[in-house]
Amino acid sequence: MATVTLDRPGTSPAPALRQDPRRGRKLAARIALYVAMIIAAAAIMLPFFWMVTSSLKTNNQVFSVPIQWLPDPVVWRNYLDIWAKADMLTWVKNTLILSVSVTFLQVLTGSFAAYGFSKLRFPGRDVLFLTYVATIAVPWQAYMIPQFIMLSKVGLSNTLWSILALQTFSAFGVFLMKQYYESIPEELSEAARIDGLSEYSIWRKIVLPLSGPAVATLTLLTFVNTWNDYLGPLIYLRDRDIWTIQIGLKSFVSQYNAEYALIMTGSVISVLPIALIFMLGQRYFVQGIATAGLKG
Amino acid sequence: MATTAVDAPAAPAPPPRRNRSRLTLRNTFIGWTFILPNFIGFAVLTLVPVVTLFYLAFTSWNAFGQANWIGLENFARLLTDGTFHTALINTGYYAVLHIPLTLAVSLGLALLLNHKMRGIAFFRTVAFFPYITSIVAIAVVWNMLFSPDSGPINQFLMALGIDNPPGWTTSATWSMPAVVLTSVWREMGYYMLLFLAGLQAIPRELYEAARVDGAHAIQRFWNVTVPSLRPTTFFVTVILTIQSFKVLDLILVMTDGGPGTSTLVLAQYIYRKGFEENDFGYASAVAVVLFFICLGLTVVQFLLNKRKEV
Repeated sequence: MATVTLDRPGTSPAPALRQDPRRGRKLAARIALYVAMIIAAAAIMLPFFWMVTSSLKTNNQVFSVPIQWLPDPVVWRNYLDIWAKADMLTWVKNTLILSVSVTFLQVLTGSFAAYGFSKLRFPGRDVLFLTYVATIAVPWQAYMIPQFIMLSKVGLSNTLWSILALQTFSAFGVFLMKQYYESIPEELSEAARIDGLSEYSIWRKIVLPLSGPAVATLTLLTFVNTWNDYLGPLIYLRDRDIWTIQIGLKSFVSQYNAEYALIMTGSVISVLPIALIFMLGQRYFVQGIATAGLKG
Repeated sequence: MATTAVDAPAAPAPPPRRNRSRLTLRNTFIGWTFILPNFIGFAVLTLVPVVTLFYLAFTSWNAFGQANWIGLENFARLLTDGTFHTALINTGYYAVLHIPLTLAVSLGLALLLNHKMRGIAFFRTVAFFPYITSIVAIAVVWNMLFSPDSGPINQFLMALGIDNPPGWTTSATWSMPAVVLTSVWREMGYYMLLFLAGLQAIPRELYEAARVDGAHAIQRFWNVTVPSLRPTTFFVTVILTIQSFKVLDLILVMTDGGPGTSTLVLAQYIYRKGFEENDFGYASAVAVVLFFICLGLTVVQFLLNKRKEV
């Protein structure tokens, strides 16, 4: 259960080359399958297609009857105008600062704790881990109020620090890393111990370098999660100059609610970095979900 | 690394007793140092608030005054609070629509995409993409797609011959289905992946055996796939249930609970009472209800699952 990779090699034998009387029917089934997949994929992507094409239209064209599928003329101006009409740059900068630092801290403290939970044996360890497990079923929406009061009392609300605190110490990171560490053979750390390496060195020199895929998975998931967070910033970030892209986009939508094309432009800009990261690391997303499907 | 182990002593002699307890102490200390950096944050920001919640629920507190202990008053107030009842019913309504629909769609997608063929990774990627897109962007786009007069969805429906398409997010009847449709579209890729992992864990021999017995595709689905997927289905249902009961951000951006209170859900009522009206005590009481609903549903599902396994 440690690492579930979809379609691992060896689960199915290579197709035999013998003559198959049902070959024609199989080919037809295969084509039907492709057609079904293409239709499904097109249906799923349609909202994104609409978003991108609308961002290149004029306002009137967005809701024209009948639907105008492709922008004509292509209005690239929207992508220039939006920077002047909204504080996009500030929002992107804030979101980037938060996403990068939350991701760094979560991977660091999460993998560190995971080492303690999976490679060290000491009394109280399992009870401690159980407290992490116990909070899975507790929705954040249930304790966001006491949390807000606490963070306000120490003066962190309305600062970027609040989001940092909120997002960094999730049980999720600990889980994911622990799952992976348990697949690393005990003999490795045992041998290092005999060689006189301290536990900290074993974590840094042996276990961490071996956990590249898990680190990549956690990095991507945490980054995307922080980038996309809406509720945290909505509750904590009051001043415009510390807004994140999600809050900014939402306020832009309310402020310019008739500028449909521009709103879509803003949406595209807010999704673009995630789409890029997703393309680079989609393998790890799949792995992360399959390994620890308990995010949220 | 491999060579270093060679000249290590074969088996160290068992240490005397006193040394062992010193060793335990040392190990405990080292263990804690590993866990503490994360655990302190986790305890302060999650465990403490969860515990505090149960205190706050018994107090009356606005942002400025002091928290006053008022016993069960908040809970008594819940009994007669019509808006709370609406939120409770709406949340149930959302769950009842959302859970089976997501299960069916994501399982269907997983079955469709559980083939070894060229380009399959691309199709899985496409199906998963909506899940990592931000709620705000999704809500904004779908709100426009659902637009009553000349939105693409209603234009499509009219082209199909439906003269009076629903107003979707502007209609009290259709706003909840519209929100559910959007959330199913967003989340199906995630659950699809979980189902896919489950499907690929089913031994192929089971299908071969069923085929030999003459079972056709539908029979193979009901007699092999469905029973073998039970642990996955259970897991997915549990997550899906909790997710449904805590739904908030999508609704906040798409409909803000409206029109009227037609999409007001529990989590949003907590948000409103707490952050908009500064009625922290009462909001906490609502949160306690949400807490126990989620806890209760999880426990019930685990019990049901256990009974079926016996």
